[in-house]
Formats: sequence, structure tokens, C-alpha cells
Amino acid sequence: MRAAIRQLRFWMTNYRRTWRGSIYSSVLNPVLYLGAMGVGLGSLVNAHGTASLGGVSYLTFLAPGLMAAAAMQTAMGESTYPVFGSVKWLKTYQAAAATPLRPADLFHGHLMFTTLRLAMNSAVFLAIMAAFGAARSPWVLACLPAAVLTGLAFATPIEAYAMTCKKDSSFALLFRFGVIPLFLFSGTFFPITSLPAVVRPLAYLTPLWHGVALCRSLSLGTAQPGQTALHVGYLLAVTAAGIYAGNLTYRRRLYA
Amino acid sequence: MSEAPGNVTVVAAPDILIRAKGLTKTFGDFTAVAGIDFELTRGEVFGFLGPNGAGKSSTMRMIGCVSPPSGGELSIFGLDPVRDGQAIRARLGVVPQEDTLDVELTVRENLLIYGRYFGLRRDVIRERTARLLEFVQLTERADDEVEPLSGGMKRRLTIARSLISDPEVLLLDEPTTGLDPQARHVVWDRLYRLKQQGVTLVLTTHYMDEAEQLCDRLVVMDGGKIAAEGSPRELIDRYSTAEVLELRFGLDEHEKMAGKLEGVPAERIEVLADRILLYTADGDAALGAVRARGLEPVTSLVRRSTLEDVFLRLTGRRLED
Repeated sequence: MRAAIRQLRFWMTNYRRTWRGSIYSSVLNPVLYLGAMGVGLGSLVNAHGTASLGGVSYLTFLAPGLMAAAAMQTAMGESTYPVFGSVKWLKTYQAAAATPLRPADLFHGHLMFTTLRLAMNSAVFLAIMAAFGAARSPWVLACLPAAVLTGLAFATPIEAYAMTCKKDSSFALLFRFGVIPLFLFSGTFFPITSLPAVVRPLAYLTPLWHGVALCRSLSLGTAQPGQTALHVGYLLAVTAAGIYAGNLTYRRRLYA
Repeated sequence: MSEAPGNVTVVAAPDILIRAKGLTKTFGDFTAVAGIDFELTRGEVFGFLGPNGAGKSSTMRMIGCVSPPSGGELSIFGLDPVRDGQAIRARLGVVPQEDTLDVELTVRENLLIYGRYFGLRRDVIRERTARLLEFVQLTERADDEVEPLSGGMKRRLTIARSLISDPEVLLLDEPTTGLDPQARHVVWDRLYRLKQQGVTLVLTTHYMDEAEQLCDRLVVMDGGKIAAEGSPRELIDRYSTAEVLELRFGLDEHEKMAGKLEGVPAERIEVLADRILLYTADGDAALGAVRARGLEPVTSLVRRSTLEDVFLRLTGRRLED
């Protein structure tokens, strides 16, 4: 744990140099999406009637889903290029592996940093959501840990995968065929009951759908204990599997 | 490994820091290190000399506890590198072959982060950073980013970084490969000073002059095996002659000329693509004998034997090809 914190410190030192750029995406993206989709497109949706959304405005429906999806995006950003670059380009991971730190310490240190980044971005999102008037229940505060957990369910397996990659082109494929379809079809923008029945079970398998459903139920104040436990359990299970896999792939890559 | 049933666990004597016996490393079907034996004593500078692919870096990674041995025994500070890797690495300094500095951070931040990896306190790191940057002549660059530094400066910073934990043994993998001659000499000078301070150094190199200048004792590696072991002087005495006569003739004439050199007083003749080497106790006498046969080389040179000659004798190949 203490060793992992030393690695967390490294990422924090590094972040001091790049945080300005990251602020743009964490503030601007939610504003743009909530404005264009939630308010703009939402005015058409609302005019059509929102019974299928549970009777709330489109903005209110969209915002918590977008928060979960944004957490996925943050997680993907942190767990691909920074990890791959550390082992392939800068080789700072190899340098750290020559010290008392173990591969798992490097992995866990970076996960702690990812968790911080997720918490930061989710808090910013929450504030913007409130400013848009899209937060309706005090339970909306619980969206913060829910979004962080959603992010970790992506960060841990993807980081494990990034340590096995030989080329960074793997990530382009991952974004094109993984992140974008998930972003569009996991219930973020419309309920997945609108999807054809054949593909619906696929959506239930994706961590993002669980994250979206969890954040939305908390934000709207409609959370049921059973469903909440299912979502949280599923996300925790994926996160745990990712940590297990990452412990292996970090060791394999750094201790050849 | 040393725990295997039936084996007596070997406890290293206090002054023997590293002991390897039958040490092996394989990657799938490829054998990088094919059963080597060596011992490292405290305070000495020990070298692995050999061409690229000889198994030097694989050996260094095993000593650095970032590559589990495939077979044989290896003990470092009397500890097992697989079981006690963390404890061993805490006492080692490592200068890897490729630069692994964080180029986006400053010189000082690189040392701070690295010192923290060893669990050192900030004030200890600060004090050592000042001393080490002085030592590697980078004090003026302390707050600059690493990216624009020259190759030689980056190498020196890597050496400073490896010393932040005050290691008992410093491992240097090809410390001057890729540097221009001037930068190499600065690095050699710094390493020589470390040697004078009594730091135990283990280095790999394919530069025979580097090995000759720095190493108290070295092993010549080729194809994953140790071909010979000794001090540079011993190896030269054992495997070469006092002097070498180098002869250059016209292009493509060397094979033909070599045939005409029979009877010239030389223990051994090596014909290379661009010259002929005559190993002899007296180079000038040999050159006289060559001329007496009416052979006139384009250039001739009498020099002392080097480790390059030892390597050629042992492997039939040149080091830096």
C-alpha cells in the first residue's frame, strides 16, 4: 500500500504539468453535451412526450447517464496511453521496477491516480449537472461514487490489457469498436428498451449499462435495493477481475 | 532454487556479494544465458565483456531481480532474487542500457521521485540530490526538464539517479553505448571516481577499452557462456602475446599475403577482412622478417595486445562487428 502511494505521488507530480489541458475536457465536454443534447435535442424530445423516459425531462434523464459515460471516457483515457507509454516509450515503469516497488505496486498506484481523476471529473460533472437544473434528488450525490465505480470497471481490465499491447494501434481499435458503440447504445441517450430485442441482452452485459442505470436510478430517486445491489455487484466483480488480470499482466511485462 | 530439496543452501561469505552457479535464462526455445558461474566480491569492479546477444543484459536483469532465472543458482547478498527481490533491489543501483528517465519532469524531480521509490525521506533526498548533481556535473540544470538534455547528460543523470539510494552494488548495462567519444570519457571519469570511492560496480560492455580501463576482473561472454575469466592483464597474458603486428596490404590481397608469411616469427596469424594480425613477442622483429621476404605492406603498426585480441582468440570473431 505504501509502495503504491509512492507511485501515486509520481502520477500526481506528472499531473501537475498536464492538468490545465485536462480541465478543458472535464468542464467543456459536460457543458457541450448537456447543452446540445440535453437542452437542444431535449426540447424536441420533451415536446413529443417523455412517458417512456419515466416522465422526466430529457435533460434530467440524460445527465446521470452521461455522467457514467463520461467516467468511462476518463477511465479509458487514463488506462491506455499513459500506461502503454510508461512501459513502451518512456520506460519509466522499467525504471521503477528496478527499485523496491513491485509490478503490482505500480499497477495499484496508477489505479489510485485513476480513481482520483474519476472522482475529480465526476464532481465537476455533478456541479455542472446541478447548474443545468438536472439534479432532482439529494441521492444525486451518490452518483459520484457510482460513476467512480463505473470508471474503475473499465480502468482495471483495460489497464491490464494495455500492459499486453505491443503497439498503440490496439487502442484505436478499442475506441472505435468498444468505447463509441458502448457510449451510444448502453442507455445513455435512450432507454435500451428501444433497442431490438436480440441485441438487448448484449447491452445488459456491458459495465456501462449497469453504470448508467445505477447513476440514473440514484439521480431520479427511483433506486431499488435489489437492482442497486445487482449493478454495484456487477461493477465490483468486473473491477476485481480487472485487478486480478492486471496483477498478472504487469508482472509478466516487467519481469520477463 | 537454493531451497530445492536435497540441495544444501549456500550461505555467501560476507565479502561475496553475488554468487552464480550454472545460472541459466531461456525465453521459449532461445537460451540467452547457458549456465554461467561467477562471484562478485565487495569493492571490485566486475565486467561482462561480449558482443551484442552474448547474454550480458539477461544476466544483469537476473541480478537486478527483474527477470527470474530459468535454472541454476543465484544469490545476491546471500538472498534469493525471486523470494527476496524487494529487499535485494533496495540495496542495488541500476543504470539500464536505454534511458528510462521521465523526460517530462525536471532533473531534480526525477531524483525526488526515484528517491521516494526507495522510501527515502524528502530531506535526505534533497541533500543527496545536491551532492549527486554536483558529482555528475548537472547542478546548473537541476530545474530544467530532462527532454532537451544531451545524451551524455541524460546518462550522467541516470547514474546520479541510480546512486540516490546509496546502493551497495551499482549495475551498469552498457553505460556508454550510443555516446560520442567526449561524453564517454566524462562518464568513464565519473565511474572511475566511484571505483576510487570503493563502490562495487558490475558493468556490461562491448567496448574493450571500457572494460580494460574500469574492470578489476571480467568475464568474456559469448553465446550465453563464459569463455574466460580474469583481470584484463591476466586475460591478455594468457590468451595473447605481448605485441601485435598489424599489416595492411592492398584490397583482397590479405588471404594471398597470409600464405607468404609462413616462417615469420609469430605465434599466431589472424587474417581479417581489412588487415592481418601477427601475434608475436617482438613486433619490430616480426616486421623486419616480413620486409626481409620482400613484402611491403601499405601500412604497418606494432601495438600491445588488448582485450579485443583476447576476444578474437577465444571466439574467432571481433567484438564490435
